[in-house]
Amino acid sequence: MPITINSQTYDLPDDPRVTLLDFLRHDLALPGTKKGCDHGQCGACTVLVDGMRINSCLSLAAMHDGDHVTTIEGLGTPAAPSKLQQAFVDYDGYQCGYCTPGQICSATAMLQEIANGWPSDASESLEGPMEASGAEIRERMSGNLCRCGAYANIVAAIEDVAAQEDPA
Amino acid sequence: MRPFDFQRADGLDHASQLCADGDSKPIAGGTNLIDLMKLQVETPQTLVDIHRLPMGQIADTDDGGLRIGALASNTATAVHDRVRSDYPLLARAILAGASQQLRNKATTGGNLCQRTRCYYFMNIDQPCNKREPGSGCGALKGIARLHAVLGTSDQCIATYPGDMAVAMSALGATVEIADTSGKSRSVAVRDFHCLPGDTPWRDNVLEEGELITAVILPPPVEARQLYRKVRERSSYAFAMVSVAAVVALEDGRFSRADLAFGGLAHKPWHDPRLSELLLNKEPSAQLFDEAADVLLDSAQGYGENDFKIPLARRTLAAVLAEATGMEL
Repeated sequence: MPITINSQTYDLPDDPRVTLLDFLRHDLALPGTKKGCDHGQCGACTVLVDGMRINSCLSLAAMHDGDHVTTIEGLGTPAAPSKLQQAFVDYDGYQCGYCTPGQICSATAMLQEIANGWPSDASESLEGPMEASGAEIRERMSGNLCRCGAYANIVAAIEDVAAQEDPA
Repeated sequence: MRPFDFQRADGLDHASQLCADGDSKPIAGGTNLIDLMKLQVETPQTLVDIHRLPMGQIADTDDGGLRIGALASNTATAVHDRVRSDYPLLARAILAGASQQLRNKATTGGNLCQRTRCYYFMNIDQPCNKREPGSGCGALKGIARLHAVLGTSDQCIATYPGDMAVAMSALGATVEIADTSGKSRSVAVRDFHCLPGDTPWRDNVLEEGELITAVILPPPVEARQLYRKVRERSSYAFAMVSVAAVVALEDGRFSRADLAFGGLAHKPWHDPRLSELLLNKEPSAQLFDEAADVLLDSAQGYGENDFKIPLARRTLAAVLAEATGMEL
């Protein structure tokens, strides 16, 4: 079965060693997803698979047959950015920008997780509803590192979108 | 990454057969295995993809416990209604580990089988008896900050890095395992992982071709459940020390005190002497200190990790105080 990426279908690579990250960047020329550490520690490679955020560097493309993958290119365009993409621009939620696609993909899924009432390590109660407080956002985004340290503005951008009535 | 054959298992029996060869590895979430394959710490000839096998369900057992399928993701387990309400310790332990991205991929079975994060194990240029039997242990006289203080051997002082299994140990959970002939056996989580001894390459009791099919939680009990994880940053870091506690009082005395510890040993550490000591006694700072004496009577530091011994003592006291509503 082919893989669907940003609504287009593709055949999977022949070499089973190819990670989803390398498949996106090298084979499909979708370089928005970034390779930072390549070991699941930095989150720059975060993409959405059937709406769930994962590290694409730690996943074999061959294991994604039939999956629907959304990358930063699929979330919006410069002409029609998603709310989070626009908020990162408005709040200057980056310096060099290398971690930004991963941050935005991660935050997109995170807002849905909060809407689902899923708890985090920072949640006082395990039962929902969950709030998108600063402490919650920091904990829930801890899998995305920013080498420039733009965290304050990243959190501000996410908080702004989370406070909107329909964050999607 | 070294080249490998990629096989998709179309059923549990098929998976067991494919994995019976010592050069094969099952892959589900892959978050630990792919990392180790990139580092060439793991070099399987064949990867057996089991991630689409129907073993992801989380379901009530007849006696009121909970059966968590081997392929249930850590996220699915942590957010499951009954885990949150009846086994909050397990939800808390899972949420204290890794990042959301990793928890979305990581599975119950894979989490139990994850390998140590010992720096020497993860670097193929360094000696490591676990990775390369007989090559020596770099950590014994090297950088040993993450390393074990209980149950070590002169071959290996690595720690089991996980949180989930520490909670499962305190909860008295059982691992359900299928062998290559389709037979099932059960092993207590407390007995699933091994101490290094003279066979440090052996992390757990799984034989070749055996696959974890589920973890069974016993029926919930009336008790406080706490997971306290001490780490070097407040999120997304391995435990220096962690304590999982299932504690209840009756008439001001301990009626239940099931404790397990992470970050201290090659396995989630459970010492039955602790509940023997605590049961039927009134909580007090002195009692907690006596419990720590028992826990740590054989503890040995290796320089950089000496701090874990007093840290374990204090974390145990803090957890017991919180669980019993005491102020220390």
